[in-house]
Amino acid sequence: MTSGRATSMSDREPAVGADTLLTVDNVEVIYDEVILVLRGMSLIVPRGEVVALLGSNGAGKSTTLKAITGLLPTEHGAVTEGTVTFDGADITRAEPAERVRRGIALVMEGRRVFEHLTVHENLVAGAYTRGAAADFDRVYGFLPRLAGLRGRVAGYLSGGEQQMLAIGRALMSDPRLLLLDEPSLGLAPLLVDEMFDIVRRLNTDLGLTALLVEQNARRALAVAHRGYVMESGRIVLAGTAAELADNPDVKEFYLGLGEAGGRRSYRDVKHYKRRKRWL
Amino acid sequence: MSQFVQLTVYGLANGAVLALAALGFVLIYKATSVINFAQGELLLVGAYLFYTAFVLLRLPFAVAVLVGVAAAAVLGVGIERVILRPLIGEDPIAVIMVTIGLAAVLKAVVTMFFGTTPREMPKVLPAGTATVAGATVPLDRLVAVAVAVVVLAAFTVFFRWSRHGVAMRAVADDQQAALVQGISVRRIFALAWAFAAVSALIAGLLLADIAELSQNLGTFGLVVFPVVILGGLDSVPGTIIGGAVIGLVSQYAEGMSAGASQVAPYVVLVLILLLRPYGLFGQPRIERV
Repeated sequence: MTSGRATSMSDREPAVGADTLLTVDNVEVIYDEVILVLRGMSLIVPRGEVVALLGSNGAGKSTTLKAITGLLPTEHGAVTEGTVTFDGADITRAEPAERVRRGIALVMEGRRVFEHLTVHENLVAGAYTRGAAADFDRVYGFLPRLAGLRGRVAGYLSGGEQQMLAIGRALMSDPRLLLLDEPSLGLAPLLVDEMFDIVRRLNTDLGLTALLVEQNARRALAVAHRGYVMESGRIVLAGTAAELADNPDVKEFYLGLGEAGGRRSYRDVKHYKRRKRWL
Repeated sequence: MSQFVQLTVYGLANGAVLALAALGFVLIYKATSVINFAQGELLLVGAYLFYTAFVLLRLPFAVAVLVGVAAAAVLGVGIERVILRPLIGEDPIAVIMVTIGLAAVLKAVVTMFFGTTPREMPKVLPAGTATVAGATVPLDRLVAVAVAVVVLAAFTVFFRWSRHGVAMRAVADDQQAALVQGISVRRIFALAWAFAAVSALIAGLLLADIAELSQNLGTFGLVVFPVVILGGLDSVPGTIIGGAVIGLVSQYAEGMSAGASQVAPYVVLVLILLLRPYGLFGQPRIERV
């Protein structure tokens, strides 16, 4: 898993073409002009698919999303090499607002709803780039629970409701590509089910392309068409969702399963991981 | 009784001007988290901008107001662009120091062009008196209250219902999340400064008309602090209530004994802060458990 290039396990690994919505090509990201966070990071999101981006804490998943949405400058980071291409256009150095207008929306980690605004006002803010074309009915129709909370102040909603609002807000810009940063983080098990169901429906009902960043690899691979595994700032493994779910390394590291398919304790996984890193 | 009504009208008129002056302060704090110590000087500059257009350039009143508003907006955007944008992300204390420096510069510029002697400005507010509940009150004070109410109501509507107003509040809540919605945070900052300068111009205009056009307008900025702290640093309705309370309290105190009006606002301020540390309408930090 530590070889220089990503290991592709599939002959059907998509080539960049007309069906590619997003291409991250050989991107290097440096924070504060010294801290190298991504190097040679490449991935492809084909039109109409859900792509899962897996990896442990600090692997660079969120940084990848920030490179795609243009948020790096707000954290003293910069793309120093490589390109990000969306629908044929080079957006590597575009302003965040321009990327939203082109059709990229991000559901941020930790929900980040506008706490002092009502649910409806959050959606108004989400529709900022749309002007008069904002379609509230579509979002209230897709997430009916939000319609009942319309006038409530977002900061006082439950975690699940806030996550739903964060997704609804992102949908208001009428995106073609939705980026989701750990949407299931910190939610109760029942809500996690609901959240992954929403992600699936985003793709099947609204026809959205999605890049899903998750630590919950099992659930993410269940809704995704294909996946990538990141480690130390680059892709180490790529393939269809089924292939990844079957891969012994993925099972070992991210699904917590041993060779025999039984559950392994966290301690074993950690030990195995440490040992494996030195090989 | 008639003295009470008179004091009330005077108090409300002062409060209205205070609220307008505080509005600019609140807009800047809310959108950009900058505590602007130059708010009083914006009032001063605004009043002189109008004076230049109306008296020196002899423009008709309505045109002079428009020219003044446009000039103030440009000034506000310019200050944000040149002085505050490079300071984004710096220590708040450093930013405060810069706004204090800005106050000195603005005041010096006004002195450079207009000197320190008060200027004659023709009254633009009606000069007559009206009878309210048996008391004779000057019309100009009533008009000042009306102007302030209209401007503040317009801003309240803007924040609640317009797309840009909601965007401004969104930026106040979470800048990074606002960026992700496609909101240009820079444009919102510029807008906040433009609005602040324009509301300061209106306040300066009213104040110059009620009192006189001189350097002393700048010191009015100090009285803005009790108003905004009372109302809550980030609340537009708070500035209205805060302005009215401070205006009334100092007038009533003045009615009882001359000089008490200087102290009374601060006494009220301390009492209210003891009960409500975020001010009357300030946003407490939302913490969900």
